[in-house]
Amino acid sequence: MEIAVCLKRVPDTAEADVKVDASGKDIVRDKLAFTINEADNYALEEALLAKEKDSANVTLVSVGAKESEEVLRMGLAKGATAAARIDSAGLGDIDGIGTARVLAAWFKDKKFDLIFTGAIASDDGNSQVGPALAELLGLPHAAYVTKLEVQAGKLAVKRELEGGFLEVKELSTPAVVTIQTGGNTPRYASIMGIKRAGAKPIEQAAAAGAESKTSLIKVYVPEIVGAAQMIEGTLDEKAGKMAALLKEKGAV
Amino acid sequence: MSNSVLVLVEHRQSAVRDVTFEMLTAARKMGGSVEAVLLAENDALASAVTAHANKVVCVSGPAFKEFNYEQYQNALVRLIGEKKPSAVLIANSAFGTDLGPSLAVALNAGLVSDAVAFTKADSGFSVSRGMYAGKLVADWRVGTEPAIIMVRQSNFKPEPASLGGTIEKWDAGDVVSGSKTKFIGLEEVPTTGIDITKATIVVGIGRGIKEAKNMPLVQEFAKDIGAVLAASRPVVDAGWLPKEVQVGSSGKTIKPKLYIALGISGAFQHIAGMKGADTIIAVNKDPKAPIFSVAHYGIVDDLHKVVPALRAKIKELKA
Repeated sequence: MEIAVCLKRVPDTAEADVKVDASGKDIVRDKLAFTINEADNYALEEALLAKEKDSANVTLVSVGAKESEEVLRMGLAKGATAAARIDSAGLGDIDGIGTARVLAAWFKDKKFDLIFTGAIASDDGNSQVGPALAELLGLPHAAYVTKLEVQAGKLAVKRELEGGFLEVKELSTPAVVTIQTGGNTPRYASIMGIKRAGAKPIEQAAAAGAESKTSLIKVYVPEIVGAAQMIEGTLDEKAGKMAALLKEKGAV
Repeated sequence: MSNSVLVLVEHRQSAVRDVTFEMLTAARKMGGSVEAVLLAENDALASAVTAHANKVVCVSGPAFKEFNYEQYQNALVRLIGEKKPSAVLIANSAFGTDLGPSLAVALNAGLVSDAVAFTKADSGFSVSRGMYAGKLVADWRVGTEPAIIMVRQSNFKPEPASLGGTIEKWDAGDVVSGSKTKFIGLEEVPTTGIDITKATIVVGIGRGIKEAKNMPLVQEFAKDIGAVLAASRPVVDAGWLPKEVQVGSSGKTIKPKLYIALGISGAFQHIAGMKGADTIIAVNKDPKAPIFSVAHYGIVDDLHKVVPALRAKIKELKA
Protein backbone atom coordinates (compact mmCIF):
# COMPACT_ATOMS: atom_id res chain seq x y z
CA MET A 1 0.00 0.00 0.00
CA GLU A 2 1.22 3.46 -0.91
CA ILE A 3 0.26 6.33 1.41
CA ALA A 4 1.11 9.99 0.91
CA VAL A 5 0.90 12.59 3.68
CA CYS A 6 0.82 16.32 2.98
CA LEU A 7 2.66 18.29 5.66
CA LYS A 8 2.82 22.01 6.36
CA ARG A 9 5.36 23.91 8.42
CA VAL A 10 3.58 26.54 10.48
CA PRO A 11 4.51 29.12 13.11
CA ASP A 12 3.58 28.15 16.67
CA THR A 13 1.37 31.08 17.60
CA ALA A 14 -0.72 29.50 20.37
CA GLU A 15 0.84 31.69 23.04
CA ALA A 16 2.81 34.09 20.87
CA ASP A 17 2.16 37.75 20.20
CA VAL A 18 1.23 37.82 16.51
CA LYS A 19 2.15 41.04 14.67
CA VAL A 20 1.39 42.14 11.10
CA ASP A 21 4.44 42.89 8.95
CA ALA A 22 5.13 45.92 6.73
CA SER A 23 3.44 44.33 3.69
CA GLY A 24 0.15 44.21 5.61
CA LYS A 25 -0.44 40.75 4.19
CA ASP A 26 1.66 38.54 6.43
CA ILE A 27 2.89 38.27 10.01
CA VAL A 28 6.30 39.06 11.47
CA ARG A 29 7.92 35.64 11.47
CA ASP A 30 11.49 36.10 12.69
CA LYS A 31 10.75 35.73 16.42
CA LEU A 32 8.42 32.75 16.10
CA ALA A 33 9.15 29.07 16.55
CA PHE A 34 8.02 26.83 13.68
CA THR A 35 6.66 23.34 13.81
CA ILE A 36 4.63 20.75 11.93
CA ASN A 37 0.96 21.73 11.64
CA GLU A 38 -0.85 19.99 14.52
CA ALA A 39 -3.48 18.15 12.45
CA ASP A 40 -0.79 17.10 9.93
CA ASN A 41 1.10 15.48 12.80
CA TYR A 42 -1.96 13.31 13.50
CA ALA A 43 -2.25 12.54 9.76
CA LEU A 44 1.40 11.47 9.75
CA GLU A 45 0.79 9.22 12.76
CA GLU A 46 -2.20 7.61 11.05
CA ALA A 47 0.02 6.81 8.06
CA LEU A 48 2.81 5.43 10.25
CA LEU A 49 0.30 3.18 12.06
CA ALA A 50 -0.85 1.84 8.68
CA LYS A 51 2.79 1.34 7.68
CA GLU A 52 3.33 -0.87 10.71
CA LYS A 53 0.05 -2.75 10.34
CA ASP A 54 -0.12 -3.21 6.56
CA SER A 55 3.55 -2.68 5.56
CA ALA A 56 2.70 0.47 3.64
CA ASN A 57 5.17 2.93 2.16
CA VAL A 58 4.71 6.46 3.48
CA THR A 59 5.70 9.37 1.23
CA LEU A 60 5.69 12.90 2.64
CA VAL A 61 5.12 16.01 0.55
CA SER A 62 5.19 19.67 1.52
CA VAL A 63 4.63 22.85 -0.46
CA GLY A 64 6.99 25.36 1.03
CA ALA A 65 10.32 27.14 1.21
CA LYS A 66 13.59 25.35 2.02
CA GLU A 67 12.78 25.49 5.76
CA SER A 68 9.81 23.16 5.15
CA GLU A 69 12.36 20.38 4.94
CA GLU A 70 12.49 20.53 8.77
CA VAL A 71 9.03 18.96 9.00
CA LEU A 72 9.83 16.48 6.23
CA ARG A 73 12.98 15.40 8.12
CA MET A 74 10.93 15.09 11.29
CA GLY A 75 8.50 12.81 9.45
CA LEU A 76 11.35 10.75 8.01
CA ALA A 77 12.83 10.47 11.50
CA LYS A 78 9.55 9.03 12.74
CA GLY A 79 9.64 6.38 10.05
CA ALA A 80 8.31 7.73 6.74
CA THR A 81 9.77 6.14 3.60
CA ALA A 82 10.40 9.11 1.32
CA ALA A 83 9.87 12.87 1.14
CA ALA A 84 9.43 15.58 -1.46
CA ARG A 85 9.35 19.37 -1.27
CA ILE A 86 7.48 21.41 -3.83
CA ASP A 87 9.12 24.82 -3.88
CA SER A 88 6.68 27.59 -2.99
CA ALA A 89 8.89 30.40 -4.34
CA GLY A 90 6.82 32.77 -6.45
CA LEU A 91 3.46 31.28 -5.54
CA GLY A 92 2.35 34.41 -3.66
CA ASP A 93 -0.81 34.55 -1.56
CA ILE A 94 -2.57 31.48 -2.90
CA ASP A 95 -5.54 30.13 -0.99
CA GLY A 96 -6.06 26.51 0.11
CA ILE A 97 -7.53 25.49 -3.22
CA GLY A 98 -4.50 27.10 -4.91
CA THR A 99 -2.23 24.91 -2.78
CA ALA A 100 -4.38 21.90 -3.72
CA ARG A 101 -3.79 22.72 -7.41
CA VAL A 102 -0.02 22.72 -6.85
CA LEU A 103 -0.23 19.39 -5.00
CA ALA A 104 -2.54 17.92 -7.68
CA ALA A 105 0.03 18.74 -10.39
CA TRP A 106 2.63 16.78 -8.39
CA PHE A 107 0.30 13.84 -7.60
CA LYS A 108 -1.11 13.60 -11.15
CA ASP A 109 1.29 10.97 -12.54
CA LYS A 110 1.86 9.13 -9.24
CA LYS A 111 -0.03 6.18 -7.78
CA PHE A 112 -1.17 6.32 -4.17
CA ASP A 113 -3.87 4.27 -2.42
CA LEU A 114 -4.42 6.90 0.25
CA ILE A 115 -3.55 10.57 0.54
CA PHE A 116 -3.75 12.14 4.00
CA THR A 117 -3.76 15.80 4.94
CA GLY A 118 -4.46 17.51 8.24
CA ALA A 119 -8.11 18.58 8.59
CA ILE A 120 -7.18 22.21 9.24
CA ALA A 121 -4.02 24.32 9.24
CA SER A 122 -3.36 26.15 12.49
CA ASP A 123 -2.14 29.26 10.66
CA ASP A 124 -4.74 30.01 7.98
CA GLY A 125 -7.50 27.75 9.36
CA ASN A 126 -8.70 27.09 5.81
CA SER A 127 -9.69 23.39 5.77
CA GLN A 128 -9.62 23.47 1.98
CA VAL A 129 -6.66 21.46 0.68
CA GLY A 130 -7.83 17.85 1.17
CA PRO A 131 -11.29 17.91 -0.42
CA ALA A 132 -10.10 20.25 -3.20
CA LEU A 133 -7.14 17.98 -3.96
CA ALA A 134 -9.46 14.97 -4.12
CA GLU A 135 -11.74 16.73 -6.61
CA LEU A 136 -8.79 17.77 -8.78
CA LEU A 137 -7.56 14.15 -8.83
CA GLY A 138 -11.04 12.70 -9.37
CA LEU A 139 -10.94 10.83 -6.05
CA PRO A 140 -13.48 10.52 -3.23
CA HIS A 141 -12.70 12.19 0.08
CA ALA A 142 -13.71 12.47 3.71
CA ALA A 143 -12.91 15.50 5.86
CA TYR A 144 -12.41 15.72 9.64
CA VAL A 145 -11.75 12.00 10.11
CA THR A 146 -10.78 10.78 13.59
CA LYS A 147 -10.87 7.01 12.94
CA LEU A 148 -10.15 5.01 9.83
CA GLU A 149 -9.76 1.39 8.88
CA VAL A 150 -8.43 0.05 5.58
CA GLN A 151 -10.55 -2.84 4.31
CA ALA A 152 -10.43 -4.79 1.05
CA GLY A 153 -10.83 -2.19 -1.73
CA LYS A 154 -12.42 0.33 0.60
CA LEU A 155 -11.89 2.56 3.56
CA ALA A 156 -14.16 2.85 6.61
CA VAL A 157 -13.98 6.25 8.29
CA LYS A 158 -15.54 8.14 11.16
CA ARG A 159 -15.92 11.89 10.66
CA GLU A 160 -16.27 14.27 13.56
CA LEU A 161 -19.53 16.24 13.51
CA GLU A 162 -20.73 18.99 15.82
CA GLY A 163 -22.13 18.22 19.26
CA GLY A 164 -20.34 14.96 20.00
CA PHE A 165 -21.54 12.99 16.96
CA LEU A 166 -19.53 10.88 14.55
CA GLU A 167 -20.54 10.14 10.96
CA VAL A 168 -19.64 6.64 9.80
CA LYS A 169 -19.04 6.23 6.08
CA GLU A 170 -17.21 4.16 3.51
CA LEU A 171 -15.10 5.34 0.59
CA SER A 172 -13.75 3.45 -2.36
CA THR A 173 -9.97 3.68 -2.70
CA PRO A 174 -7.85 5.44 -3.77
CA ALA A 175 -9.13 8.27 -1.61
CA VAL A 176 -8.12 11.48 0.13
CA VAL A 177 -8.75 11.76 3.86
CA THR A 178 -8.25 14.81 6.07
CA ILE A 179 -7.35 13.87 9.62
CA GLN A 180 -8.67 15.73 12.65
CA THR A 181 -6.62 15.97 15.86
CA GLY A 182 -7.21 13.59 18.76
CA GLY A 183 -7.77 10.26 17.00
CA ASN A 184 -4.33 8.86 17.78
CA THR A 185 -1.25 9.74 19.82
CA PRO A 186 1.51 11.16 17.60
CA ARG A 187 4.87 9.56 18.36
CA TYR A 188 8.16 11.30 18.95
CA ALA A 189 11.15 10.66 16.72
CA SER A 190 13.93 8.52 18.19
CA ILE A 191 17.54 9.70 18.29
CA MET A 192 18.42 6.90 15.85
CA GLY A 193 15.55 7.95 13.60
CA ILE A 194 16.74 11.55 13.59
CA LYS A 195 20.28 10.43 12.69
CA ARG A 196 19.04 8.24 9.83
CA ALA A 197 16.66 10.93 8.51
CA GLY A 198 19.50 13.44 8.21
CA ALA A 199 21.09 11.36 5.47
CA LYS A 200 17.92 10.64 3.46
CA PRO A 201 17.40 12.51 0.19
CA ILE A 202 14.46 14.90 -0.23
CA GLU A 203 13.06 15.11 -3.74
CA GLN A 204 12.96 18.69 -5.00
CA ALA A 205 10.06 19.63 -7.25
CA ALA A 206 9.01 22.87 -8.92
CA ALA A 207 5.48 24.15 -8.33
CA ALA A 208 3.14 23.77 -11.28
CA GLY A 209 -0.54 24.45 -11.83
CA ALA A 210 -0.78 27.36 -9.39
CA GLU A 211 -3.95 29.37 -9.72
CA SER A 212 -5.99 31.25 -7.15
CA LYS A 213 -9.56 32.42 -7.67
CA THR A 214 -9.33 34.67 -4.62
CA SER A 215 -6.89 37.38 -3.62
CA LEU A 216 -5.66 38.50 -0.23
CA ILE A 217 -6.25 42.18 0.46
CA LYS A 218 -4.85 42.58 3.98
CA VAL A 219 -4.47 41.03 7.42
CA TYR A 220 -5.02 42.89 10.69
CA VAL A 221 -5.53 42.47 14.42
CA PRO A 222 -9.26 42.41 15.16
CA GLU A 223 -10.80 44.99 17.43
CA ILE A 224 -11.68 43.41 20.74
CA VAL A 225 -15.42 43.92 21.01
CA GLY A 226 -17.38 43.85 24.25
CA ALA A 227 -14.07 43.58 26.02
CA ALA A 228 -13.76 42.00 29.45
CA GLN A 229 -13.41 44.16 32.53
CA MET A 230 -9.77 43.54 33.36
CA ILE A 231 -8.72 42.72 36.92
CA GLU A 232 -5.45 44.57 37.42
CA GLY A 233 -2.75 44.83 40.08
CA THR A 234 -0.01 42.65 41.54
CA LEU A 235 -0.50 38.90 41.46
CA ASP A 236 -1.68 39.02 45.09
CA GLU A 237 -4.15 41.84 44.33
CA LYS A 238 -5.50 40.10 41.24
CA ALA A 239 -5.97 36.86 43.16
CA GLY A 240 -7.71 38.75 45.99
CA LYS A 241 -10.08 40.53 43.60
CA MET A 242 -10.86 37.32 41.76
CA ALA A 243 -11.55 35.46 45.01
CA ALA A 244 -13.96 38.25 46.02
CA LEU A 245 -15.62 38.00 42.62
CA LEU A 246 -16.01 34.23 43.00
CA LYS A 247 -17.59 34.81 46.41
CA GLU A 248 -19.99 37.37 44.93
CA LYS A 249 -20.97 34.83 42.25
CA GLY A 250 -21.64 32.20 44.90
CA ALA A 251 -18.66 29.96 44.19
CA VAL A 252 -17.06 30.44 47.61
CA MET B 1 -24.03 40.34 -11.98
CA SER B 2 -26.83 38.23 -10.64
CA ASN B 3 -28.67 39.60 -7.65
CA SER B 4 -29.54 36.36 -5.88
CA VAL B 5 -27.78 34.57 -3.05
CA LEU B 6 -28.20 30.84 -2.49
CA VAL B 7 -28.05 29.54 1.08
CA LEU B 8 -27.54 25.82 1.59
CA VAL B 9 -29.89 24.61 4.32
CA GLU B 10 -27.96 22.47 6.78
CA HIS B 11 -29.99 19.90 8.65
CA ARG B 12 -29.36 16.81 10.71
CA GLN B 13 -31.69 14.24 12.24
CA SER B 14 -34.81 15.94 10.86
CA ALA B 15 -33.97 19.39 12.23
CA VAL B 16 -32.64 22.50 10.54
CA ARG B 17 -29.38 23.46 12.24
CA ASP B 18 -29.05 26.95 13.78
CA VAL B 19 -26.30 27.97 11.38
CA THR B 20 -28.86 27.91 8.56
CA PHE B 21 -30.83 30.77 10.14
CA GLU B 22 -27.59 32.62 10.87
CA MET B 23 -26.65 32.39 7.18
CA LEU B 24 -30.14 33.40 6.01
CA THR B 25 -29.97 36.47 8.28
CA ALA B 26 -26.59 37.43 6.80
CA ALA B 27 -27.88 36.80 3.27
CA ARG B 28 -30.93 39.04 3.76
CA LYS B 29 -28.63 41.89 4.79
CA MET B 30 -26.77 41.63 1.48
CA GLY B 31 -29.87 42.84 -0.40
CA GLY B 32 -31.24 41.02 -3.38
CA SER B 33 -33.14 37.79 -3.49
CA VAL B 34 -32.40 35.05 -0.94
CA GLU B 35 -32.97 31.49 -2.05
CA ALA B 36 -32.63 28.68 0.47
CA VAL B 37 -31.71 25.32 -1.05
CA LEU B 38 -32.98 22.29 0.83
CA LEU B 39 -31.59 18.92 -0.19
CA ALA B 40 -33.45 16.27 1.79
CA GLU B 41 -35.40 13.06 1.50
CA ASN B 42 -38.59 15.13 1.19
CA ASP B 43 -39.65 18.77 1.59
CA ALA B 44 -40.96 18.42 5.17
CA LEU B 45 -38.35 20.85 6.53
CA ALA B 46 -39.15 23.57 3.95
CA SER B 47 -41.82 25.11 6.19
CA ALA B 48 -39.17 25.85 8.82
CA VAL B 49 -37.32 28.02 6.33
CA THR B 50 -39.99 29.77 4.19
CA ALA B 51 -40.28 32.78 6.51
CA HIS B 52 -36.56 33.41 6.17
CA ALA B 53 -36.09 33.36 2.39
CA ASN B 54 -37.74 34.69 -0.76
CA LYS B 55 -37.75 31.19 -2.14
CA VAL B 56 -37.04 27.68 -0.89
CA VAL B 57 -35.70 25.39 -3.59
CA CYS B 58 -36.48 21.79 -2.59
CA VAL B 59 -34.31 19.06 -4.04
CA SER B 60 -35.89 15.86 -2.76
CA GLY B 61 -35.17 12.19 -3.06
CA PRO B 62 -33.76 9.16 -1.23
CA ALA B 63 -30.24 10.16 -2.32
CA PHE B 64 -30.50 13.17 0.01
CA LYS B 65 -31.80 11.32 3.07
CA GLU B 66 -28.44 11.84 4.76
CA PHE B 67 -25.72 14.38 4.09
CA ASN B 68 -23.22 13.07 1.57
CA TYR B 69 -21.01 15.58 -0.23
CA GLU B 70 -20.99 13.48 -3.38
CA GLN B 71 -24.75 13.58 -4.03
CA TYR B 72 -24.98 17.16 -2.77
CA GLN B 73 -22.21 18.25 -5.12
CA ASN B 74 -23.66 16.48 -8.16
CA ALA B 75 -27.00 18.21 -7.62
CA LEU B 76 -25.56 21.61 -6.67
CA VAL B 77 -23.23 21.86 -9.67
CA ARG B 78 -26.28 21.63 -11.94
CA LEU B 79 -28.53 23.77 -9.78
CA ILE B 80 -25.97 26.57 -9.39
CA GLY B 81 -25.20 26.39 -13.11
CA GLU B 82 -28.89 26.98 -13.82
CA LYS B 83 -29.60 29.66 -11.23
CA LYS B 84 -26.35 31.59 -11.57
CA PRO B 85 -26.39 33.20 -8.09
CA SER B 86 -23.85 35.88 -7.19
CA ALA B 87 -22.90 33.96 -4.05
CA VAL B 88 -23.50 30.60 -2.42
CA LEU B 89 -23.42 30.47 1.38
CA ILE B 90 -22.46 27.15 2.97
CA ALA B 91 -21.89 26.57 6.70
CA ASN B 92 -18.25 26.23 7.75
CA SER B 93 -19.34 23.07 9.57
CA ALA B 94 -18.42 19.40 9.47
CA PHE B 95 -20.86 18.98 6.57
CA GLY B 96 -19.91 22.24 4.85
CA THR B 97 -16.16 21.76 4.97
CA ASP B 98 -16.62 18.28 3.47
CA LEU B 99 -18.50 19.82 0.54
CA GLY B 100 -17.38 23.40 -0.09
CA PRO B 101 -13.82 23.03 -1.41
CA SER B 102 -14.60 20.21 -3.85
CA LEU B 103 -17.77 21.98 -5.01
CA ALA B 104 -15.72 25.14 -5.65
CA VAL B 105 -13.23 23.15 -7.73
CA ALA B 106 -16.08 21.52 -9.68
CA LEU B 107 -17.61 24.96 -10.36
CA ASN B 108 -14.24 26.62 -10.97
CA ALA B 109 -15.36 29.18 -8.40
CA GLY B 110 -13.47 31.11 -5.74
CA LEU B 111 -14.08 30.09 -2.14
CA VAL B 112 -13.34 31.71 1.20
CA SER B 113 -13.78 29.52 4.27
CA ASP B 114 -14.57 30.46 7.86
CA ALA B 115 -16.08 33.83 6.87
CA VAL B 116 -17.09 36.19 9.69
CA ALA B 117 -18.21 39.14 7.51
CA PHE B 118 -18.82 39.74 3.83
CA THR B 119 -19.96 42.58 1.64
CA LYS B 120 -20.55 43.11 -2.05
CA ALA B 121 -17.58 44.87 -3.58
CA ASP B 122 -17.10 46.53 -6.99
CA SER B 123 -16.55 43.19 -8.64
CA GLY B 124 -17.46 40.26 -6.47
CA PHE B 125 -17.27 40.08 -2.70
CA SER B 126 -14.97 41.19 0.07
CA VAL B 127 -14.83 38.50 2.75
CA SER B 128 -13.26 38.70 6.23
CA ARG B 129 -12.07 35.54 7.93
CA GLY B 130 -10.09 34.55 10.99
CA MET B 131 -6.48 33.37 11.02
CA TYR B 132 -4.13 32.13 13.73
CA ALA B 133 -7.06 30.93 15.87
CA GLY B 134 -8.69 34.34 15.86
CA LYS B 135 -5.62 36.45 16.60
CA LEU B 136 -5.79 38.03 13.14
CA VAL B 137 -8.43 38.75 10.53
CA ALA B 138 -7.72 38.48 6.80
CA ASP B 139 -9.74 40.23 4.10
CA TRP B 140 -10.02 38.36 0.81
CA ARG B 141 -11.57 39.36 -2.51
CA VAL B 142 -13.53 36.82 -4.51
CA GLY B 143 -14.22 37.88 -8.08
CA THR B 144 -15.85 34.75 -9.48
CA GLU B 145 -19.56 34.26 -10.02
CA PRO B 146 -20.64 32.60 -7.91
CA ALA B 147 -18.45 33.35 -4.93
CA ILE B 148 -18.59 30.48 -2.46
CA ILE B 149 -18.59 31.75 1.09
CA MET B 150 -18.32 29.30 3.96
CA VAL B 151 -19.86 30.94 6.99
CA ARG B 152 -18.55 30.47 10.53
CA GLN B 153 -21.09 28.91 12.89
CA SER B 154 -22.47 30.91 15.87
CA ASN B 155 -21.06 34.09 14.35
CA PHE B 156 -24.15 35.88 13.01
CA LYS B 157 -27.10 36.37 15.33
CA PRO B 158 -30.18 34.85 13.71
CA GLU B 159 -33.04 37.33 13.34
CA PRO B 160 -36.73 36.64 12.77
CA ALA B 161 -38.21 37.28 9.32
CA SER B 162 -41.54 36.95 7.56
CA LEU B 163 -40.70 36.72 3.90
CA GLY B 164 -43.19 33.91 3.25
CA GLY B 165 -40.98 32.42 0.58
CA THR B 166 -42.41 30.35 -2.23
CA ILE B 167 -41.47 26.70 -2.64
CA GLU B 168 -39.89 25.55 -5.86
CA LYS B 169 -39.41 21.84 -6.50
CA TRP B 170 -36.24 21.17 -8.45
CA ASP B 171 -35.58 17.77 -9.98
CA ALA B 172 -32.03 16.55 -9.41
CA GLY B 173 -32.35 13.67 -11.87
CA ASP B 174 -30.06 10.70 -11.35
CA VAL B 175 -27.36 11.88 -8.98
CA VAL B 176 -26.66 8.55 -7.29
CA SER B 177 -24.85 6.77 -10.09
CA GLY B 178 -21.09 6.33 -9.80
CA SER B 179 -21.13 6.88 -6.07
CA LYS B 180 -17.71 6.40 -4.46
CA THR B 181 -18.86 7.17 -0.95
CA LYS B 182 -21.53 5.63 1.25
CA PHE B 183 -23.19 6.95 4.39
CA ILE B 184 -23.43 4.23 7.03
CA GLY B 185 -24.77 5.96 10.13
CA LEU B 186 -24.35 8.43 12.97
CA GLU B 187 -22.82 7.58 16.32
CA GLU B 188 -23.13 9.63 19.46
CA VAL B 189 -20.13 9.77 21.77
CA PRO B 190 -21.62 8.50 25.04
CA THR B 191 -21.45 10.52 28.25
CA THR B 192 -20.41 8.10 30.96
CA GLY B 193 -19.19 10.37 33.73
CA ILE B 194 -20.03 13.94 34.65
CA ASP B 195 -22.47 15.75 32.40
CA ILE B 196 -20.93 19.23 32.12
CA THR B 197 -24.08 20.63 30.51
CA LYS B 198 -25.83 20.29 33.89
CA ALA B 199 -23.14 21.96 36.02
CA THR B 200 -23.67 25.47 37.43
CA ILE B 201 -19.96 26.25 37.82
CA VAL B 202 -17.46 25.04 35.23
CA VAL B 203 -13.69 25.46 35.12
CA GLY B 204 -12.39 25.14 31.54
CA ILE B 205 -8.78 24.15 30.99
CA GLY B 206 -6.87 25.01 27.82
CA ARG B 207 -3.50 24.62 26.17
CA GLY B 208 -1.95 26.91 28.79
CA ILE B 209 -1.95 24.03 31.29
CA LYS B 210 1.06 22.76 29.27
CA GLU B 211 1.62 19.35 30.90
CA ALA B 212 -0.37 16.50 32.41
CA LYS B 213 1.50 16.93 35.68
CA ASN B 214 -0.15 20.34 36.12
CA MET B 215 -3.67 18.91 36.09
CA PRO B 216 -3.92 18.28 39.89
CA LEU B 217 -3.58 22.03 40.49
CA VAL B 218 -6.73 22.85 38.55
CA GLN B 219 -8.53 19.75 39.81
CA GLU B 220 -7.99 20.95 43.38
CA PHE B 221 -9.11 24.46 42.45
CA ALA B 222 -12.32 23.12 40.88
CA LYS B 223 -12.97 21.14 44.07
CA ASP B 224 -12.46 24.32 46.17
CA ILE B 225 -15.27 26.14 44.38
CA GLY B 226 -17.61 23.20 43.73
CA ALA B 227 -17.02 23.29 39.99
CA VAL B 228 -16.68 20.56 37.39
CA LEU B 229 -13.68 20.48 35.08
CA ALA B 230 -14.10 20.92 31.35
CA ALA B 231 -11.57 21.53 28.59
CA SER B 232 -10.85 22.97 25.20
CA ARG B 233 -9.77 20.66 22.38
CA PRO B 234 -5.97 20.45 22.93
CA VAL B 235 -6.38 19.12 26.49
CA VAL B 236 -8.77 16.40 25.28
CA ASP B 237 -6.57 15.58 22.27
CA ALA B 238 -3.68 15.08 24.69
CA GLY B 239 -5.82 12.64 26.68
CA TRP B 240 -5.69 14.60 29.95
CA LEU B 241 -9.48 14.87 30.18
CA PRO B 242 -12.14 12.71 28.47
CA LYS B 243 -13.90 13.75 25.25
CA GLU B 244 -17.22 14.10 27.07
CA VAL B 245 -15.98 17.24 28.88
CA GLN B 246 -14.83 19.02 25.71
CA VAL B 247 -16.52 22.40 25.32
CA GLY B 248 -16.99 23.72 21.82
CA SER B 249 -18.57 23.13 18.44
CA SER B 250 -17.40 19.53 18.21
CA GLY B 251 -18.04 18.90 21.90
CA LYS B 252 -20.64 20.21 24.32
CA THR B 253 -22.45 23.53 24.44
CA ILE B 254 -22.78 24.69 28.04
CA LYS B 255 -24.60 27.56 29.74
CA PRO B 256 -23.43 27.49 33.37
CA LYS B 257 -23.93 30.35 35.83
CA LEU B 258 -20.16 30.75 36.03
CA TYR B 259 -17.43 29.70 33.59
CA ILE B 260 -13.76 30.15 34.46
CA ALA B 261 -11.45 29.76 31.46
CA LEU B 262 -7.86 28.96 32.43
CA GLY B 263 -5.20 29.11 29.72
CA ILE B 264 -7.78 29.08 26.93
CA SER B 265 -7.00 31.48 24.08
CA GLY B 266 -10.56 31.35 22.75
CA ALA B 267 -10.60 29.82 19.29
CA PHE B 268 -14.08 30.29 17.82
CA GLN B 269 -14.78 26.55 18.09
CA HIS B 270 -14.45 26.84 21.87
CA ILE B 271 -16.30 30.15 22.18
CA ALA B 272 -19.27 28.63 20.33
CA GLY B 273 -19.66 26.19 23.21
CA MET B 274 -19.43 28.52 26.22
CA LYS B 275 -20.45 32.05 25.27
CA GLY B 276 -23.91 31.48 26.74
CA ALA B 277 -22.55 31.31 30.31
CA ASP B 278 -23.99 33.98 32.65
CA THR B 279 -20.56 35.08 33.89
CA ILE B 280 -17.24 34.30 32.21
CA ILE B 281 -13.89 34.90 33.90
CA ALA B 282 -10.78 34.31 31.78
CA VAL B 283 -7.16 33.95 32.86
CA ASN B 284 -4.63 34.04 30.02
CA LYS B 285 -1.04 35.21 29.54
CA ASP B 286 -1.77 36.86 26.19
CA PRO B 287 -3.60 40.21 26.56
CA LYS B 288 -4.77 39.89 22.94
CA ALA B 289 -6.29 36.42 23.39
CA PRO B 290 -9.74 36.33 21.74
CA ILE B 291 -11.20 34.86 24.96
CA PHE B 292 -11.16 38.39 26.42
CA SER B 293 -13.72 39.43 23.79
CA VAL B 294 -16.36 37.14 25.27
CA ALA B 295 -15.27 37.13 28.91
CA HIS B 296 -16.90 39.51 31.40
CA TYR B 297 -13.82 39.61 33.60
CA GLY B 298 -10.21 39.00 32.64
CA ILE B 299 -6.83 38.51 34.25
CA VAL B 300 -3.71 38.74 32.12
CA ASP B 301 -1.28 36.40 33.83
CA ASP B 302 0.04 32.87 33.96
CA LEU B 303 -2.56 30.43 35.28
CA HIS B 304 0.23 28.51 37.03
CA LYS B 305 0.79 31.59 39.23
CA VAL B 306 -2.80 32.82 39.49
CA VAL B 307 -4.41 29.55 40.56
CA PRO B 308 -2.18 28.87 43.62
CA ALA B 309 -2.53 32.51 44.74
CA LEU B 310 -6.27 32.35 44.21
CA ARG B 311 -6.57 29.10 46.17
CA ALA B 312 -4.79 30.75 49.11
CA LYS B 313 -7.23 33.71 48.98
CA ILE B 314 -10.23 31.37 48.82
CA LYS B 315 -8.90 29.51 51.86
CA GLU B 316 -8.72 32.84 53.73
CA LEU B 317 -12.29 33.70 52.73
CA LYS B 318 -13.54 30.32 53.87
CA ALA B 319 -11.68 30.51 57.21
